[in-house]
Amino acid sequence: MTATASPALVAFDDAIARFDPVLGLEVHVELNTASKMFCGCAAVFGAEPNTQTCPVCLGLPGALPVVNETAVESAIRIGLALNCEIATWCRFARKNYFYPDMPKNFQTSQYDEPIAFNGYTEIDVDGEVFRVEIERAHMEEDTGKSLHVGGATGRIHGASHSLVDYNRAGIPLIEVVTKPIEGAGKLAPVVARAYVAHLRVLLSGLGVSDVRMDQGSLRCDVNLSLRASADAPYGTRSETKNLNSLRSVERAVRYEVSRQAALLDSGERVVQETRHWHEDTGITTAGREKSDAEDYRYFPEPDLVPIAPDRAWVAQLQATLPEPLAERRTRLQTVWEFSDLEMRDVLGAGAMLLIEQTVAAGASPTAAKKWWLSELARRANDAGTTLEELSITPAQVAGVQALVDTGRVNDKLAREVLEGVLAGEGEPADVVSARGLEVVSDDGALTAAVDRAIAHNPEVAAKIRDGKAAAAGALIGAVMKELRGQADAARVRELIVEKLG
Amino acid sequence: MTDLARLSAADLAAALTAGETSSVEVTQAQLDRIHAVDGAVHAFLHVDDEGALAQAKAADERRTAGTDVSELLGVPIAVKDIATTKGLPTTAGSKILEGWIPPYDATLVARLRAAGLPILGKTNMDEFAMGSSTEHSAYGPSHNPWDLDRIPGGSGGGSSAAVAAFETPLAIGTDTGGSIRQPGAVTGTVGVKPTYGGVSRYGLVALASSLDQAGPVTRTVLDAALLHDVIGGHDPLDSTSIDRQWPSMAAAARAADITGLRVGVVKELGGEGYQAGVRRRFDESVQLLVEAGAEVVEVSCPHFELAFAAYYLILPSEASSNLAKFDAMRYGLRVAPAGVAAPSAEQVMAATRQAGFGDEVKRRIILGTFALSSGYYDAYYGSAQKVRTLIQRDFSAAFEKVDVLVSPTAPTTAFRLGEKVDDPIAMYLNDIATIPANLAGVPGMSLPSGLADENELPTGFQILAPALEDHRLYTVGSALEAMLVERWGGPLLDRAPALEVSG
Repeated sequence: MTATASPALVAFDDAIARFDPVLGLEVHVELNTASKMFCGCAAVFGAEPNTQTCPVCLGLPGALPVVNETAVESAIRIGLALNCEIATWCRFARKNYFYPDMPKNFQTSQYDEPIAFNGYTEIDVDGEVFRVEIERAHMEEDTGKSLHVGGATGRIHGASHSLVDYNRAGIPLIEVVTKPIEGAGKLAPVVARAYVAHLRVLLSGLGVSDVRMDQGSLRCDVNLSLRASADAPYGTRSETKNLNSLRSVERAVRYEVSRQAALLDSGERVVQETRHWHEDTGITTAGREKSDAEDYRYFPEPDLVPIAPDRAWVAQLQATLPEPLAERRTRLQTVWEFSDLEMRDVLGAGAMLLIEQTVAAGASPTAAKKWWLSELARRANDAGTTLEELSITPAQVAGVQALVDTGRVNDKLAREVLEGVLAGEGEPADVVSARGLEVVSDDGALTAAVDRAIAHNPEVAAKIRDGKAAAAGALIGAVMKELRGQADAARVRELIVEKLG
Repeated sequence: MTDLARLSAADLAAALTAGETSSVEVTQAQLDRIHAVDGAVHAFLHVDDEGALAQAKAADERRTAGTDVSELLGVPIAVKDIATTKGLPTTAGSKILEGWIPPYDATLVARLRAAGLPILGKTNMDEFAMGSSTEHSAYGPSHNPWDLDRIPGGSGGGSSAAVAAFETPLAIGTDTGGSIRQPGAVTGTVGVKPTYGGVSRYGLVALASSLDQAGPVTRTVLDAALLHDVIGGHDPLDSTSIDRQWPSMAAAARAADITGLRVGVVKELGGEGYQAGVRRRFDESVQLLVEAGAEVVEVSCPHFELAFAAYYLILPSEASSNLAKFDAMRYGLRVAPAGVAAPSAEQVMAATRQAGFGDEVKRRIILGTFALSSGYYDAYYGSAQKVRTLIQRDFSAAFEKVDVLVSPTAPTTAFRLGEKVDDPIAMYLNDIATIPANLAGVPGMSLPSGLADENELPTGFQILAPALEDHRLYTVGSALEAMLVERWGGPLLDRAPALEVSG
């Protein structure tokens, strides 16, 4: 890491008033194929280190790759969903560089012949459509995962030794690269975030990836440069690597705008380099310098034959794509009967897919929206994470709502059920049993409690007898208090009316 | 009693079938021969007595049971140390892999095991198959049984020497630019480089992926055909393996009828730079083909003159990438840099590669790294690939006119150990006639054409066929072989000096 002092940051609004940001986003998507890109090893996340390996993904002498057909199919579907052209003939290429977590010391990737190229996608930024041009989507293999031990930050700097898990080596990756994104202005951080959020929804809809940023199945590198004005040539860019949440994508863009503006203001140059994002301190620090000297010595991978996707196959994949996101958005809004404002909230929270899945699991759209946008959004925000990353599934949310709908819990208890599910206490029904959260709807217990409430509140009872039904609230409150909130409020009201009405 | 070690694989197979001998007996005879002569020849890097005898016993049991009896069941074989063998060391002739025991078998090794051929051991080679003499082996050179002061060819000199010294009837070689055929030529043995994609490369330590091809090393054309039938055929583990039904090479060798065959003598392979004795034996063999009813014409392949330059860009480029994996991280040699207290991974990689690779390997890694560099790629690697296309077109045009092409295999007979080791270009030029086949992916065979008058050393005759037409090599080769053996009054190798037997 360089130790040179940087000039003080320039406030974002100030920076954006004087500089025009240009974004470039590279998103790596781990496909959810059963096996790896070039061998038959399982591609499951979270297995014991180095248990999903073989001569091929360990790069043993003599081993050879064989392309995973499902991965090619997923790549084509992603390309089509991003309105790309699909290559009629393309090859893999070797990207040569030495790194301990790369078994062959070259990565089998694609270079000047990507499987998909020249596409675009339309994202929603604060209710406006913003078009992002796609440069390419290409196939490659993931590297192993290094764990640096003994250093303060988990980085290689200062570590005493490193461990490598090759389970990840050879997992199929699709890298989606945008063309330079211009014209975002002060919305650049939001555009970056919205683009990644959009890709997640799109990829999830295709069913090709788990798109879990927290598990690394979707990783984003942000290229950012500043220039004096929209008609000036591009400035020097930095590349901030491996952003693993939507929030950090947005924050990293803001930070880089402020940092680069400060450098330019003080007459210094922006160094073309990779940078690391620090979630805790909210800053980026310099990684390796990406000078022109860096030379990957690409050449066509001689161990693999070219891929020439049959046009009929591509047409068939095109025909079976899920509906485009924009159409899906409009359709769901109509079906769900949400207002424009409501739908904007849903999209802003990145909750469309979750709500759709929750509705599919049996909840009403309104209930699904309520849980995701209020209680769960609050918890995600508190935890500094995203809705998808919460440890609760749409089916579980629908399960909680079903408990409410059948009267087994009320809203207050439902929030406790959610808390239990999030804490890993099991399915909603398990939490209800374990925590004893079921509402009391047994008439015997409720009648006794109602009688006690009437006896303790004679004035209120008198009002109700006099026809002031609204006063019943005070008696219901008393009953709820006695039964620690677990009373069926509707039944309590009925009992009070029966007795005093 | 017959000396089992001198029999061809086909004759051994016949004796085994007739119950006249057992695989254990044959295998033991070969092991005895190895222990008697290999001190002088140094064809083997590793001999597996125990494993070979156990496989021989299993082969005999299979024969007794009568199930699963392949033609070469029980006939022993040696494998070039470039093919991975589960449980047996595999070094590719390099210090950097010293002590590595692969956890898996190369596909061709698995096929040998499945067919019941006991594996005697692993044969010497130039480090990572880079060389034409075995002098670049990190474990010392092999010696030519015709003259122990001379090279047995390379890179597969261990396999050719082992076969020529009657240490094994069969061996596996690999050929990237001539490493099967040139050793065959200088030791008086038969070597075949199949069509690219004809034999699986899975488990062969890669030199240049787009050029490498494994094939048979034997004393007769029929033996080569029998072995080709065992190791060839589609392998789903090698994406470049050709998925088709191949005709029987053994049947082609047994047919041996060349009446009406059109033979093209390659004008560009055989002129200046070819030793007189090599040239004379070649011309005589061509004359024999004419006498047997073949039509012979001269054919020009003008771009063959560019083959050498293109080859020495493509090979180092691919090799520089293929050899990057030898980095001390997971297997093989690991060397700590001197005077560094807590070395980084990069420092260990550099120190290991510095200590573990020989000069020729480093030379080619540097060449290839340069040729692939940004800004040079188009001029070097890109141009070389265009030359490759031109050579393929030359072959296509030639094969419109003729059924096979022929040339001397190597420009000279075996040179002395040490003679060319400090002159890389002179060493590289040994492969001048064999390289075009690798660049075009077409099959080629070398078979003995006699002894050069000037030094009584073997000369080689090369036959090239169109891709997928490997069987033509066997038909033409066995026809020519039959005529030559008749002329010589017995196999050429009968005229090799007897090796001193030790131990």
